[in-house]
This record gives sequence, structure tokens and C-alpha cells, in this order.
Amino acid sequence: MAIRTEPVTINIGPQHPSTHGVLRLRVTFDGEVIVDVEPVFGYLHRGSEKLAEERNYVQVLTLTDRLDYVASMTNNQAYCIAVEKMLGVEAPLRGQYLRVLAAELQRAASHLVATGFLLQDLGALATPLMYCFRFREKILDLFEMLCGARITVSYMRPGGVFSDAPPDFWPALDDLMQEAPHLIQELEQLLMKNEIVLVRTKNVGVLSAESAIASSVSGPVLRASGVAWDWRKMDPYDIYDRLEFDVPVGERGDNYDRFRVRIEEVKQSLRIVEQCRDEIHPGPVRADVDAEAIDLVLERRGEAEKPLAEGPVRAELPFVLRPPAGAEAYGRVEAPKGELAFYLVSDGSIAPYRCKIRSPSLINLTVLRELLVGWKLADMIVTLGSIDINMGEVDR
Amino acid sequence: MTRAVQGEELAGYVRQKFPDAVCQWKGESLWIEPSDLREVAEFLRDEPDLDFKFLNSVSAVDYVQYFEVVYHLTSLEHNHSAVVKTRLYSREAPTAQSVVAVWPGADFQEREIYDLMGVSFEGHPNLKRIMLWEGFPGHPQRRDFEDVVTY
Repeated sequence: MAIRTEPVTINIGPQHPSTHGVLRLRVTFDGEVIVDVEPVFGYLHRGSEKLAEERNYVQVLTLTDRLDYVASMTNNQAYCIAVEKMLGVEAPLRGQYLRVLAAELQRAASHLVATGFLLQDLGALATPLMYCFRFREKILDLFEMLCGARITVSYMRPGGVFSDAPPDFWPALDDLMQEAPHLIQELEQLLMKNEIVLVRTKNVGVLSAESAIASSVSGPVLRASGVAWDWRKMDPYDIYDRLEFDVPVGERGDNYDRFRVRIEEVKQSLRIVEQCRDEIHPGPVRADVDAEAIDLVLERRGEAEKPLAEGPVRAELPFVLRPPAGAEAYGRVEAPKGELAFYLVSDGSIAPYRCKIRSPSLINLTVLRELLVGWKLADMIVTLGSIDINMGEVDR
Repeated sequence: MTRAVQGEELAGYVRQKFPDAVCQWKGESLWIEPSDLREVAEFLRDEPDLDFKFLNSVSAVDYVQYFEVVYHLTSLEHNHSAVVKTRLYSREAPTAQSVVAVWPGADFQEREIYDLMGVSFEGHPNLKRIMLWEGFPGHPQRRDFEDVVTY
């Protein structure tokens, strides 16, 4: 007598430790094998794009911290670049160096979180996670010195950064850079040749380059599939064209490649930080503008609007910005999760008319179904971890 | 550096194949008739000189008189980018053609626009709300949306 079987649909999340936030997956199984996956979003939807329409350009910056909250620096950077494009201003060199330095430290921190939780999902409870977080903690301490905050940093501003690094930041950075190779080596020794890690991740969840490109996948997930596409190299912003670094790529596009590409990228980020530290020169950290270009300046917050001296007077970029009506900009950076962009449209007022956020986490999830169908439940958790999503950014 | 393909240059390519599809161009943007959108999208992807195989993002902007759907495209082969737009004049039932068949990466983004902006996409395989729940009144990203929640 044949045993009657039927597919079973079960619900994973939204409250589940391996969904990296509040993602809900409606998964259909045939036995233990996945036959269909439907992600359900929206549990962390705060309407950031709508909120941005009612705040002025500098205030919106605080909303960007709360998108991908383990990589706030790069969120700040993408937004600032978009606003600068609209205004036609450029951050001064020291400001750009500080931005890149902070962004690369952030990339290392974010990849460490991704790696730690991936191993947590593999069942290596707490130990690798603590190794990663010990390293990340040191980076967050540096952020605290830079801007007083560790997670929601709001460090950058359109036109540069809000303040220069304090004097004791540089020795602290030196200490970290001295320690970092040792910390990375320790992680690699612990993980890269670990048999359980290899067996569970190699050839699991393979993503081809063609389907990654067609599905608009970006960041480490795209590079793990063998496409050497990094916006820092292909469309350099800030000072990336002055820096030397490699773009690590994977061979097969499986979970192991995604994991390895992130570890390699941490090393490259530290290389960039080192170059920034050595090359940075004293100077202003925020753009100044011609004070006569008053259409850019709405309020000088109590200061006299008319320049007192003869000749052109430079003034710091004001708090309230007013890009010309009809201006639009697509500001893009290579965030730790992928291509993060802000599409801003101005109507000439002090608040953006439209602020669309191109979120890499949401778009990378497009391939989730393709990666999971045919694999078992236990692989699902690992594959989801290897895509590295952040629900603050998926739902916005 | 990624080169921005200007609207005029792009219009030249598109008009050779689809003489009536182009509405206008300005700077980096090119406006396409909504009824030709899908065919033009396919052409932009497959034409070897353009090769826009990577869809960066799909956005929608509510200009009150009309909705504008904006596609940011990149060619990984030539490292150039383009901005293609289309205008929808209906306020009650704005409908654009779905490009999911051309670029599968548009899937969640079109659903998000449908959910928050109320623009439908014809030919989308699974067009339903993504961030909000079924039955939510209205589309909050529209300029004239008024919050109905009372506390």
C-alpha cells in the first residue's frame, strides 16, 4: 500500500532568531525538502521614505541611520552623496578621507556581524559570534570617539562630516590596526578550514552570475558569483580612485564563497583604512560655499546674511539646504550589503519632494526562492544567513 | 567612471526601432510612452551597444498631475548608465507595464510601488501588497494621502 504524502506549509518567523530580524517565510515542504518559499515583509516598515518628505535635508540623515542599523556610516555616505550631487558641492579632501575611513571601518564591522551570525546559524553557538563581536566592539569604540554614538552615528553631513576626529582618535586607530591582522588570522584559523563549515556551505545555495545580474543582486552576493563588480572601483565616489584595493570574487557562488568574500573584504577594508590614515592631511572637513550664493542659504540661524568683508566670502554649508526646483540625483555607494542608493527629487523647498531608497537587502532577497527550492530546511537557514539581510533596510 | 548615457543619445537608439515610443528627453533622462515600455525595456537589455542587463532600481514619484515611474539602468559590460522614465496621467487607476519578465529584479520593487504609491503593473506575476497588509486604506506614499488612524 502506497503511503499518501502531501506538501506541508509551515511558517518561519517573524519572531525567529535565524531570520535576522522580523522576516517571515512561508515555506512549503515535501518531507524535508523545500518546494516553495514566499517571503513576507513589512513587520519593520516605518515609512522612512514618507517621513523624509517632512524633514529638512539634514534631518533626514538621522532616518538613514535606522535603515541598515549595523552599517549606519555607509547609509549616511550614500545620502550625503545624493544631496551633494543635487547641490553641486563637493566635500573637502579631509572630509572625504574621514568619510571613507569611517565607511570602511563600518564595512568591516558589518561583515563581521554577517559572518558571526552565519556561523551561529550553522550551529556553532556563541563562540565564533563572540570572536567577531569582540573585533566589532573595537570598531564601535572608535565610532564613539568620532561622533559619540556607536550604532546610530549620524556622523556625516552633506558637504563632509560634522566634525573632525578628536586627537586621541588617531592613536586608538593605530592600536586597532596593529591588532587587526591578529584578530583576522584568529578568525580564519578558527573557521576557514573547519570541516563542518566546509561541508555545510560548499556547493550549497549556488547562484549563477547570469541570474544574479538579471535579479539585480549586488554586493558580496554578486561578487561571490564571480562578477567583479564593485561600485567603489567602477564608479568611484569620494576618494576611492586614490586608493589601492582588490575586489575579491568567488568561483561558484555558493554559501562558502559568500562567506569567504566577506572575510576577504574585511582585509581589503583594513588596507583602505591604513591608506586613509597615512595619506590624510589637515584641512577643513565640511564644504564651504560662496556666501553670496544666497539661494542655497535659507537661514543662517541668526547670523547676518550679508557678507561684511569685501570680495567673495566663504561660509560653511548651512543647516537648511534648498536645492533648485526640479533637481534630482541618484546617489550611490557600495554598502556592505550591496548597492545602496538614494533617489532624491527636489521641488525647491527645504525638504526632499521624494526620497526613494534603493535597498540592497530587499533586492538581494529576490533570488531567495531560486536558492532555496530543492534544499532542506537546515540549508535554508544557512543560505538566508549567507545573503546577509538586514530587516531595517528591507522594510524601511 | 560610469558614463551616463544622455537622453538624446538613447533616444536615437530607441527611435530607430520604435519610432513612436519616445516622448521627450532632457539631460540624462529619456521619457517613454507607457504603452511601449516593455518592448523598449527588452530592446535596451538586448541591444549589444546598450546592454542594460542590470536594473539598479525602479522608483515612482507622485507629481500630483501625473505619476512618474523611473528606471535606473546600468550596463556591466560597457560601464554606462541610463535613466528611463514613463508618465502615467490617471489618478484613479495608474497602470504601467511590468518589466519583471525583462529584469526579474523588478519583482519586489514593483510590488512596493503598487503597495505604497498605488500604481499597478500589468503582467506582474504576483502583484500584491508587500509592506502593508491587505485591506490597508489607500496608498501612503501619495502626496494627498491622509492618515486615517485615530488614537
